[in-house]
Amino acid sequence: MITMKNEDIEKGIIQLIKKAETELPVDVIKALKNASRIEEGIAKIQIDTILKNVELAQKSSRPMCQDTGIQTFFIDVGTDFPYIGELKKWITNAVKKATIEIPLRPNTVDPLTNENHKDNTGDHVPYLTWDFSKGDHVSITAFPKGGGSENMSKLGMLKPGVGIDGVKDFIVDEMIKAGGNPCPPTVVGVGIGGGADLALKLAKKSLLRPIGIRHEHPPIAQIENELINRINKSGIGPMGLGGKTTVLDVHIEKAHRHPASLPVGISVQCWADRRAQMIIHSDGMWEVK
Amino acid sequence: MEYHVTLPLAREEVQKLHIGDILYVSGYIFTARDEAHHKMLQIDKRSLPFTLSEMGLFHCGPLVKKEKTGWSVISAGPTTSTRMELFEDKFIEKYQISLIIGKGGMGEKTLKALQEYTCIYTSYTGGAGALAADRIQKVKAVYWLEELGMPEAVWIFKVKEFGPLIVSMDSHGKSMYKRA
Repeated sequence: MITMKNEDIEKGIIQLIKKAETELPVDVIKALKNASRIEEGIAKIQIDTILKNVELAQKSSRPMCQDTGIQTFFIDVGTDFPYIGELKKWITNAVKKATIEIPLRPNTVDPLTNENHKDNTGDHVPYLTWDFSKGDHVSITAFPKGGGSENMSKLGMLKPGVGIDGVKDFIVDEMIKAGGNPCPPTVVGVGIGGGADLALKLAKKSLLRPIGIRHEHPPIAQIENELINRINKSGIGPMGLGGKTTVLDVHIEKAHRHPASLPVGISVQCWADRRAQMIIHSDGMWEVK
Repeated sequence: MEYHVTLPLAREEVQKLHIGDILYVSGYIFTARDEAHHKMLQIDKRSLPFTLSEMGLFHCGPLVKKEKTGWSVISAGPTTSTRMELFEDKFIEKYQISLIIGKGGMGEKTLKALQEYTCIYTSYTGGAGALAADRIQKVKAVYWLEELGMPEAVWIFKVKEFGPLIVSMDSHGKSMYKRA
């Protein structure tokens, strides 16, 4: 019975990857359209080219960017889901098949030999993050992550004495240094606190929050707003060619820190803020949304 | 100013272009990222089976698909140019490049080389891979595919009205990235 399901669920995961690669979420399109309204000249040309590209990609169902990313998935597993042990295999197989079917650019390279694995899998890839909750279904978010924006990630192990103002300055400085490299307008994810790995993990996870949604905790929401304004005032603009829109949003998450440490993780997402969700029910039925 | 030009660009054509100009190019362009740059700087220029000076240099690792009749380009936007800053000045000198297409801008060394060897750096909208692929008429050839893999191989594309490209670093020592 399980062999019957395998192929069907892999098909669903391929559809999930395809949706992420070929269609931008509505919140991102809305933010880009807003940017088009306020920009002029070369900045507006950049945003309008992006919007035209997004439309063409969706219509012709092909990846909007040639960098189809490292295949990254956030998985929330219901502890009563009957096939927990199969999930990793399903996702890995689906990534291999999607590489040919969609297609995806072969993006996994061995760091020692520089050999391309050619199917978007390899050591620790696809990259899976697991969370567990009560229930009998699984929710998977596909979050293919491009290299250009990932290269602008930063970790600051700040001295606690610099306080929250030091944290804000660090983030603004790093985004100004990044300039046009991460394909602005970007979405900036920030993780404050924890250890080094947790700060970066929270930074990346915060990018799953839709654009325009503020942190539920008002003091954090206020810092998000302040950072959006400060980074946009830099004038870096779309693609670093100058303009008003350098970031579409800034998302912050926090964790408690060690008394001696103040880690700040920054994870940058390009305008192609690709995300798609899938639910797999306990009876093997699935839906991609 | 907006220009529609055919490659290769003559020296005088390059000189009349300034930062902020918008360009649409037709003709042949070749892709080269880190590894292809490195390789072509190592080898004897005369052993190359193609002439680079007649083509535009495109910082790009395309997504291509093998069809029965040849290769089709699925998505082919620019990659981050600053990685090539390490060796772009030497590359421009060795192969007499007159047009670079990339994203994100390049540094002082390249800006100097653009001036010295009369070349321009243009920016294509990062991530606009589907739209770029739409302007690629055909894949003329691919080199070192097995050795370097799909993104790093050298692909030669025939393009029509490829753009909008923003002249962001010109041959007169001006850079929009410096200003921004």
